[in-house]
Order: sequence, then C-alpha cells, then structure tokens
Amino acid sequence: MNTNAPVETELLCAACRQPLVLGKVKASYLGSSFEVDLPRCPGCGFVYVSEALAQGKMLQVEQALEDK
Amino acid sequence: MDGQQVRIWESRCIEESPPACAAACPVHVDARGLAELLAKGDFKAAQALFCRFIPFPNIIGHLCDHPCESVCRRAEAGEAIRIHALERAVVSSSLAASPFRRGRATERKRVAVVGAGLSGLTAAADLIVKGHEVAVFESGLQLFARLRGDPRLPSAAIDADLARFDNTGIVFHCGERPDITALAKEFDAVYLGLGAQAVPDLAVLVDLTPDGRIAVDALTYASRHPKIFAGGSHRYGSTPHTYSPITSLQDGRCAALSIDRLLQGASLTANREGQGSQSTRLHVNLARHAPSAAIVPADPDNGYTPAEAQAEATRCFPCHCRECVRSCPYLEHYGGYPKRYIREIYNNETIVMGARKANRMIDSCMLCGLCAEVCPEKLSMGDVCLSAREGMVGKGKMPVSHHDFALRDLAYSRSDAFTLTRHQPGFKQSAVVFYPGCQLAASSPEQVERVYAHLCATIDDGVGLMLGCCGAPAHWAGRADLFAETHAEFSAAWQSLGRPLVLTACSSCYRMIADHLPEVPVESLWPVLARGKLPGEATAAQNSRMALAIHDPCTTRHEPAIQDAVRHLLDRCGTKTTELDGPQLTSCCGFGGLAQFANREIADKALDRRIGQSNSDYLTYCAMCRDNFARRDKRAVHVLDLLFPDGDDPAARPDPGFSRRQENRGRLKRSLLRELWNEAMEEPTDAIRLVISPQVQADLERKLILTDDLRQVLRHAERTGQRLLNGKTGRFVASHRPLRITYWVEYAIDADSGCYVIHGAYSHRMDVEAAS
Ligand code: SF4
Ligand code: SF4
Ligand code: SF4
Ligand SMILES: [Zn+2]
Repeated sequence: MNTNAPVETELLCAACRQPLVLGKVKASYLGSSFEVDLPRCPGCGFVYVSEALAQGKMLQVEQALEDK
Repeated sequence: MDGQQVRIWESRCIEESPPACAAACPVHVDARGLAELLAKGDFKAAQALFCRFIPFPNIIGHLCDHPCESVCRRAEAGEAIRIHALERAVVSSSLAASPFRRGRATERKRVAVVGAGLSGLTAAADLIVKGHEVAVFESGLQLFARLRGDPRLPSAAIDADLARFDNTGIVFHCGERPDITALAKEFDAVYLGLGAQAVPDLAVLVDLTPDGRIAVDALTYASRHPKIFAGGSHRYGSTPHTYSPITSLQDGRCAALSIDRLLQGASLTANREGQGSQSTRLHVNLARHAPSAAIVPADPDNGYTPAEAQAEATRCFPCHCRECVRSCPYLEHYGGYPKRYIREIYNNETIVMGARKANRMIDSCMLCGLCAEVCPEKLSMGDVCLSAREGMVGKGKMPVSHHDFALRDLAYSRSDAFTLTRHQPGFKQSAVVFYPGCQLAASSPEQVERVYAHLCATIDDGVGLMLGCCGAPAHWAGRADLFAETHAEFSAAWQSLGRPLVLTACSSCYRMIADHLPEVPVESLWPVLARGKLPGEATAAQNSRMALAIHDPCTTRHEPAIQDAVRHLLDRCGTKTTELDGPQLTSCCGFGGLAQFANREIADKALDRRIGQSNSDYLTYCAMCRDNFARRDKRAVHVLDLLFPDGDDPAARPDPGFSRRQENRGRLKRSLLRELWNEAMEEPTDAIRLVISPQVQADLERKLILTDDLRQVLRHAERTGQRLLNGKTGRFVASHRPLRITYWVEYAIDADSGCYVIHGAYSHRMDVEAAS
C-alpha cells in the first residue's frame, strides 16, 4: 500500500495543519510489539486510532495477548 | 490453587454421577440418553446407542428383565419410565444391527467358549471386539437354544442379532460336547456358560459349590483353574422364574474383561468398582416435576408405536442435578457444570503453553454463595473462583484489565480525597465508630450525614466517623497484597480512635471486617437502628399501597440477625413488604466479585433475572444493589430512603454512575469537615467545563470512562496543542495516555460559553507510536 496517500480525509493534524497519511506505527502491549499501518500526521507523527479499531481488532489482540 | 483442595471440590459435584436407571442396569445402558434421543424422535441414534452397550439388542430389547425401572426416579413423581418398552420400540423400528468389528489385539490369543447362551455369546462377542480368536462349543444344535421357545421373542430377532457375527472369523461347533480339560490345554483361556446344571465331573479342574456348580470369584468370574472362567445362569442358578437375561449378559461381559486382562498380563481386579448394578449419588430435584403416569400402549402385545414411545420418553426428566446451574446465570452462561468448570479452572492455572481460556470465566463469578446454598453437596464455586483468582494473580498471569477500573476506584477511596478518621466533634473518645463504606457515600452522601447525626444524637459517649474503603474490591480481585494494605490502613485508623465497636452501613464492609479482621468488633447498622428510637421523619414509603419486595444483599446471606433487623425496621415504619426467595436464596446484583467489571454481560443477566422476579418496587439495604437496580430501570429504594426520607419518589432516583460516585465521596468529606468540624473547605472549580448529553454519559459509563479522564485528555490537548480537527464536522479529536490506558475524546468548543461539548470517548490499552 502506498503509505503516502492521505487517509481519513476529514482529519487534519490541528497543530501541523496537514492531513493524516497511513504510516508505520509501532503497537505494543504486555511486552509484545509489532508494526502496523495507521493514519498519522506526516509532520509531528501523531497517530490516530479510530473508535472502530480500538473496540474491534485492537481489543481482540489485547485480549489474546492478555490470555497468553 | 492447591491440587488436593481442587480434587475435593471436584469430587463434591455429583453431576457426572450416572442416573439411577443406568447405575442399576448391570451393564449400565444409558437409558437417560436413550430417552433423550427418543424424545426427539431419533430412533436411529437411539438404536446405535443401545448397540453400544448391548451385543444382542433385539434379544434384550424383547426379553430384558429391566432392573432399571424399579429405581427410576420418575416413579417418585408419577410412574417409572417404561424403559424396557422403549428399548423394545427401538429394536422394533429396525432389526438390523451393525456387525461386530474385530479389534486389533497386540497379541491375538485363542479363547474357547462353551455354551451358546447369552453369557457365552456375550463373552464371545466382547472378545472378538477386543481382537481375539474365539471358538464356540454348544451341545445343542442351535445357538441361543434356550431362548428359541420364548413366545415374546420372534426368531427373526435372534437371527438379526446373530448376523452381527458375520465375517468376524468366529467358529461355531454345534452339537458338540468338548472335553474341558483338553480345551484348557489347547486354548489360552476358556469361558464356561453351561446353564444351571451341576457339573460334578469338573471337580478335577475347578472348585465346586455345595450344589455342584463351578465356584467363581464374584468380581472376576475366575475359577480355581487359572485359564477357566464361568458365569451366566450356571453361576446364579436360575429357574425359569429367576432367569435374568441381562444378568447373564453381564456375566459374559465381566468374564470377557477378565479373560482379556489375563491374556494381556494385566491385573484382573483393578478398577472394577463400577461393575454391576449400583446406586448413584446423582441428586434430582423432584419438586421441579409434576407427576405423570406412564403411556399405555394401544396394542399391548406389540408394544409402543413410535409415537407412543416418543411420548413416554418425553416423561423422562432426564435426571440431572445442575441445581446451581439453574440458579446462577454465570454458571449457565458457560454451558457446563461445576465439576467441568473446576477442571478447566485448574488446567487454566497449571497450563504451561497456550492460551488461558478460563481467565475471564474465573473473574466473572459474583462470589455470591448462592450455588453452595442450593447444592446438595454445598459446593461453593465462589470459593473455587476466588482461590483461582488469588493463584493466577499471584503468578502474575491474570489480565490486569479485568479489575483495573474497580481497583482505581478503590485507590480513590483510599486516598486523601475521601478518607477521614475523627472522634465526634466535642469528644475525645469514641464508644462506637460509624463506617458508612465507600458505596453508600458514593450513592447518597446526604444519607451518610443524616445517619451520622442520628447516631450522634442517640448514642452517648461519642460516635466516631471513619471514611474509607474496606478493601472488598481488592479481596474479590484476588489481590491479597492490596487487601492487606487496606486492612493495615483500616486497622491503624480504628486503633487511633481507641478500638471502638465499628458500625457498618454496607454489608460488604461488614463481611470483610467480620471475616478478615477478627480483632475488630463489628456490628451492622441495622440491628443498632432497630433497637433504638426510629428517626422522627421515618415513613412507610411514598406509595404505601404497593408492598416492597425485599432484596437482601448476597453478603448477608448467612446473617439472620441483620435480615431480621431490617424487617423489624420496616415493620416499625409501617411498610408493607413481601419476600422474593427469602434471604438465604438471595442473588447478587452483579457487583459482587467485581463481576460487573470483568463481565458486564453476565452480571447484567443475573441482575435482570433478579429484577424479573417481581413487579413490585424493590427494597434493599446495600447502596450498590440499589443503584444497580436503578441502572437497569428497576424501581428500588434503600432502607435509608424510608428511615431518612428526602424528596418524593426515592425509588425513581437514578444510578449516579461511576463519575458521580467518586465526586460524591469527595464532596461528602468536604461537607462533613465544613459542617461538623468547622474546617474551611473550598469546592474545587475546574476551568474545563463539560457539556455531556445523557446518551453520551450512559455510553461513557458503559465504557468505564470517568469525566475526570475526559478532563485529563482535554487539559493535555490544551497544553500540547496536539489534537486532530475534523474538517467536515469542525470537531476535535484528542488523546492522552496517563498510565496504561489511552483515552480518546471527540469534542467541540462552544463558542459562546467556552464549554467543552463531549461527543464521544473511547479507550484502548495497547500503546501506539509512530515508528521512526
Ligand atoms: S448443585 Fe451444582 S455443584 Fe452441586 S452437585 Fe449439583 S451440579 Fe454439582
Ligand atoms: S427419569 Fe429418566 S434418567 Fe431418571 S431414572 Fe428414570 S429413566 Fe433414568
Ligand atoms: S455467581 Fe454466585 S451462584 Fe454463581 S457461581 Fe459464583 S458464587 Fe456461585
Ligand atoms: Zn502534526
């Protein structure tokens, strides 16, 4: 996937005035970490996690890691 | 968890004990399973099940002397299930039974069977299935000669059963009287099913009974001769009246087991406790079943039609205990019963690799004790789950997320924001100390103040006050360390007041102190109030036409003095009350064991079931129960709402919710210090003013996000300028991770008022940062 394509077009980083683009993000929990592509600000690196992601896939991964 | 304790718990759940019918059957035919299949109309599966137990289903289906029926528990509610008639209907539906499949013995041996009756041919069939070679010797000209004349048994049924031997390699020698001594030399083992006659000439080989039959061991059917086994009517000495087909079949089966063990070099006697007809420990609650009479077949000679059999099978209970499962939505939720759960819970702790699948299950029990109350063996799953929690937490293997919120709430209640320890104003000592607990303070701080004023006015020699948390959440979370810390704090505060008698308003506080702090004298507030003068303003209830249904908090289950005191108080107020299931069988509101944090779904199921028991408004004496009812829109009052009334309809008071609960505690402390101890106390003002709609507030409650968490995010966004702007809606999205949890808030700033209008919030525990 082209990591420079703008995503979530409605969302701008308010500080940098730039639209978010998909980029490599390090996600970590309970000593495990892995890389995923998430929308982030190309200027300051602020990473956006949507509610759907937080309560869906991310929650599933959290729970799987918790029970390991 | 202690392995030995686990085994004791496991052995106390008797749900896996067989039903009386199967236990009494000499070969333990699963009549319960059979009836369940027939009740569904599945004759094919029923026949397959019957054939798993019975080598000659058509013969037994027609002739069994059915000892099972005389112990069937249905007889205690109407008439016994006609199990044998059901079996007959099963075999009548189809005679064909699948052929025996020769097994593969590691060492194939040769066995001679003398006598082709039920015992001999059962032994032959079982040994073939175990993989041995079998030769059958029968002096008559036909197999099953004895049964052939029986008018109840069509010869086609016999032939269908014998067809099961097709292609098994068995050899039949009919019309032959073999020399047993020679057989014992030639074969690896010999089974004798010789019929009831005496055999004096075998005295050279085996011991004989006084009436000249072969003496065999009752468990193994072994004779004195190491290779010779005997059984069937020869053993039990039948006359035509005492002939028992199923006993003969059992003899053949047990002897075959011994022979196979002999041929494998295994112990003949080990693990045979379950052999033969037995009684059972399985408990059946007969009160659940209305009596019913057996179905009578329209044509008695031909037995049940399939429809009649299905109707009769439907009368089988079927026998199960599961009393606890029926009473507890938590136990019901996981689809099993305690014996199985205990095994899963123990494996969950001891497993080395792989997912610990039972973690959430362990944390979902309300620790309410209802299961032990209804269990015939008084098994408490609460004890099991609490011990498992302590074990898992001790190993660092329990997910922190289950109890994180509740334990942060506990931390708040232990903090300076809430804790307070004082003698009554104007006193230097305390005869008693009032300990309202963190939840009453959270639910209705005004009532704490009123009760305290009442106690001060009615008790001489000083009523101290202690605000804090008893540590119940730490205990329920299995956090022994944290529980000990809260105890130490409690103890220190109590000692600083001169070790007075502690009066608790919350039954969980009462439990924790009574069960864990033996040096602290404790009494519940309710007996104390019941003994004294009623507060002047006490009322019957706003709506005295309708009786209030009493919900006793589960932590008072075994406290009749407290239960009675509350009823006495209600009586004195003139309140009409009614009982739900009575105090011993009360159930949990979902807060117990912190279940509502670890598993909201199950806790709410339990709560809703309780709510569904009556349309009356509920009366309780635990603030948490009251507020949980309110949260699910059940009208409920706290007994204090009657003793110290305030406002018109206390049953309609909403659940304050978690944010307000914390605020209320802080507010209570400040108000007391201001009003009673004349200390200057400012109410905090926050520059960040929030506007939250009721829908958004309810959503935040569900997600366990406090308004304080929102404020932290907003302050962080203000300070750093870090936030996203949605160009379309003009709303901001900001996040903050104070510790372990990232909170996200979507908000707008109202241009006129400067208020923050909250549109939503959510959280996650995983940490994300841009990879460099
Ligand atoms: S009540 Fe529950 S725990 Fe007790 S024996 Fe029955 S099934 Fe087992
Ligand atoms: S009611 Fe059903 S399960 Fe219980 S003993 Fe009778 S046949 Fe067996
Ligand atoms: S929630 Fe109560 S009744 Fe259910 S298993 Fe736990 S302690 Fe027993
Ligand atoms: Zn930026």
